[in-house]
Amino acid sequence: MRLTLAKRAPLPGWIQVLVPVGAILVTLALSAIPILAAGGDIRLSYASLFRGALGTRYNFLETCVKAAPLTFTGLAAAFAFRAKFWNIGGEGQLLAGAIAAAWTGIHIGSLPPAAAISLVCIAGFLAGGAWAAIPAILKTKYKVDDVVTSLLLNYVMWHIMGYLLFGPLQMPGSSWPRSPAIAEAARFPVLLVRSRFHLGIVLAAAAVLIVWFINSKTVFGYRAKAVGVNPRAAAFGGINVNSVILKTALISGGLAGMAGVGEAAAIHFHLLMDISPGFGYSGIAVAMLGRLHPLGTALSAFFFSVILVGAQSMSRITGVPTYIAEVIQGMSLLVMLVALLLTEYRIKAVRN
Amino acid sequence: MQAAELCEKITPRTGSSSDGPNSPFVVEMRSIRKTFLDVTASSDVNFTLREGEICALLGENGAGKTTLMNILFGYYTADGGEIRIRGEKVSFSSPGDAIARGIGMVHQHFTLVPSQTVLENVVVGSTGRRFFLDLASARKKLLALQERFGLSVDPDAPVWTLPIGGQQKVEILKSLYRNARILILDEPTAVLAPLETKGLFSTLKILAAEGCSVIFISHKLREVMEIADRVVVLAKGTVAAERNISETSERELANLMVGRELPERRYQSVKRTGTTILEITGLTVKNDRNLLAVRDVSLKIASGEILGLAGVSGNGQRELAEALFGLRSPVSGSVSLDENQLPPGSPRAAIASCMGRIPEDRMTTGLLLELSVEDNMILENHCRFRKTGMLHRPSVGKYADCLINEFGIKTDGRCAEARTLSGGNLQKIIIARELSGAPRAVVAAQPTRGLDVGAIEYVHGRILEARNNGAAILLISEDLDEIFQLSDRVAVMYEGKIMGIAGRDETSREEVGLWMSGVESTCA
Repeated sequence: MRLTLAKRAPLPGWIQVLVPVGAILVTLALSAIPILAAGGDIRLSYASLFRGALGTRYNFLETCVKAAPLTFTGLAAAFAFRAKFWNIGGEGQLLAGAIAAAWTGIHIGSLPPAAAISLVCIAGFLAGGAWAAIPAILKTKYKVDDVVTSLLLNYVMWHIMGYLLFGPLQMPGSSWPRSPAIAEAARFPVLLVRSRFHLGIVLAAAAVLIVWFINSKTVFGYRAKAVGVNPRAAAFGGINVNSVILKTALISGGLAGMAGVGEAAAIHFHLLMDISPGFGYSGIAVAMLGRLHPLGTALSAFFFSVILVGAQSMSRITGVPTYIAEVIQGMSLLVMLVALLLTEYRIKAVRN
Repeated sequence: MQAAELCEKITPRTGSSSDGPNSPFVVEMRSIRKTFLDVTASSDVNFTLREGEICALLGENGAGKTTLMNILFGYYTADGGEIRIRGEKVSFSSPGDAIARGIGMVHQHFTLVPSQTVLENVVVGSTGRRFFLDLASARKKLLALQERFGLSVDPDAPVWTLPIGGQQKVEILKSLYRNARILILDEPTAVLAPLETKGLFSTLKILAAEGCSVIFISHKLREVMEIADRVVVLAKGTVAAERNISETSERELANLMVGRELPERRYQSVKRTGTTILEITGLTVKNDRNLLAVRDVSLKIASGEILGLAGVSGNGQRELAEALFGLRSPVSGSVSLDENQLPPGSPRAAIASCMGRIPEDRMTTGLLLELSVEDNMILENHCRFRKTGMLHRPSVGKYADCLINEFGIKTDGRCAEARTLSGGNLQKIIIARELSGAPRAVVAAQPTRGLDVGAIEYVHGRILEARNNGAAILLISEDLDEIFQLSDRVAVMYEGKIMGIAGRDETSREEVGLWMSGVESTCA
């Protein structure tokens, strides 16, 4: 007996929604194996994980704080992938956004907060967009593979940041790679007392709605979808494919840049080498888990954040290392990919 | 068994059927059933094949020809019924099992590695588990096969350098190399030039004389009459009829296929009266390999005229069409529509000047299969539905419903994904999109390729309607019947040039045939 894959008829809509939920449950079940291997008690581990992420008001708001950058980088990937622009460079664009935000925030002088914050956001968005435009131009003009260029540019931006933090952007008198503090006026305000729930979270939520609006309502969203599905047919239909890819890259990079803005202007208030624990890379997994839909992406960003935040308290209570969070996240992506495969194909047993 | 007895009389019994226990058939398929979800592709089909016989499988698209053969070749497993090979009951779970039983299949789309040589392509997959590749003995075996079956191709030529007919020979050799005695050919002539078709047919006759059995899937009646010993007509997943070729006619087969009488028709031709609308001047276009594919082509098409451009595939028609569509920038020359010169390489300009464009690859060029029917319909004019940057969905929906109605497109609704539609209805989407806006000119490339008789008639009707409304129409087709049915004038393209051009009723199939093979006409 052998197992083969056979194409399935399109499934009804509710299953499409159910798939990510099922994938998360399967992920948690599979993640029990490494937790057990690390000597944790399953029920206690998961209980402490979810209590740690959602159990108290403060913990819940902390989860929102972590979800914001993941939402931005997730949207960045989802928006680009929809037009088949394979932007793996969310991390570099995030750093570009953080650098631009920090630079502006440091040198902004004494503007009113509304103006200062707007300037910081615009700078970060443009920097991220510009960094993403490089692979887009290379792709459209010279047919260079966008996966490779966007990925490699992450390292370039990381080293540019290193140069800046050991040079022009280093805090005077410090030997650490750390910039001066961002001006008070340019910092994102905290919106809820006794928490770090800041403006960036609201901006992330707004970005979800904006991306959803662009995708489903605008002419540009239609064109991007057409280019993503079949660039040749889109060109035949008179759509300027290169222009669509370039605009997609600008918006996608800008969204990733906004993740960096939030981290610099709302969390750290400085530019640091470890300003991002890989949010740009996680964004790809977030987008896939969210099935490239903006609302799905927001939900999966929240799930990733639950795991990240919850793993901290799970580790404190059960002694299971926090690295388990990364295992769970990686597992969720694998499970999701398998689940997506199974929505298109079914496994068939063939008797010899 | 009546049909089997009939073919006993006409089929030369070349080999003895001693290798089967007591069956005269090399292939017996009994009561085969196959459903895909709720669509019945085959119901209760019986099919037999004898040694040394060429049996044609005839039917419209969707009649179940390919499904039946995919079951025989192990791609699909039948839901019911049994298959016997040389009398022995078999059950294939993959093509590998079928190959092991001596069955070979040549698909419409070849499965060759273009950058590898003929020899490498032939041995691929049949090298067993040995570590070293023994190309020397493989070459010996290949040369012996070529000699025996008269399939001459240079074993060391990279496959991409071969013409389509040559590549097909490689596919056949590949099957023979794996000791196939039963060959399935899925519409083998669809891609061939007339001369290559002749070559294929003589190969098939040699194969049959050597005791191989051939299943020839086709929907070209003339070829079936020419090559087959027996024909099985499929319609709607069942066997509609089985005939010996000596006892049937093209007309009868056509009726069996579509289940109704087909009038032999030639549409009324008109003398070109109107003013010139589409004018191509000195157009020279390169192909993907950077070689000249269209050389200095000039054509004028008047309002209310259909110019049929015939020619064997690969003589520059594709590149000419792409240049007219705006998908390919010409090296030199120009295209004007209503005396306005179109900027090169701009599909948008072609659309803006009201050129209806029917591309030859509807799946890859014409349609967005993963998008909805309505999204496909507004591909070219979605700007018409723009309101402050947004797509006004209600009016898009109204527009789409209108076209679905007017063009009789069978779909679950305008929001259904295009890929769920049948081939004929997909073409209707393109026709609706391209011909609904009263085009000034129409460039139609192979508009009926792969469609069934009913859909072909429909497409022809729409093209004629556009002509009657005053459009200038360039009909690029490899199907001479179609050219002669529809055109007012006929031109032939050969190696990128126009070999000849004449009013339809002033020329003949014979003359056009000469042009197609590159022979200059004396009177032109």
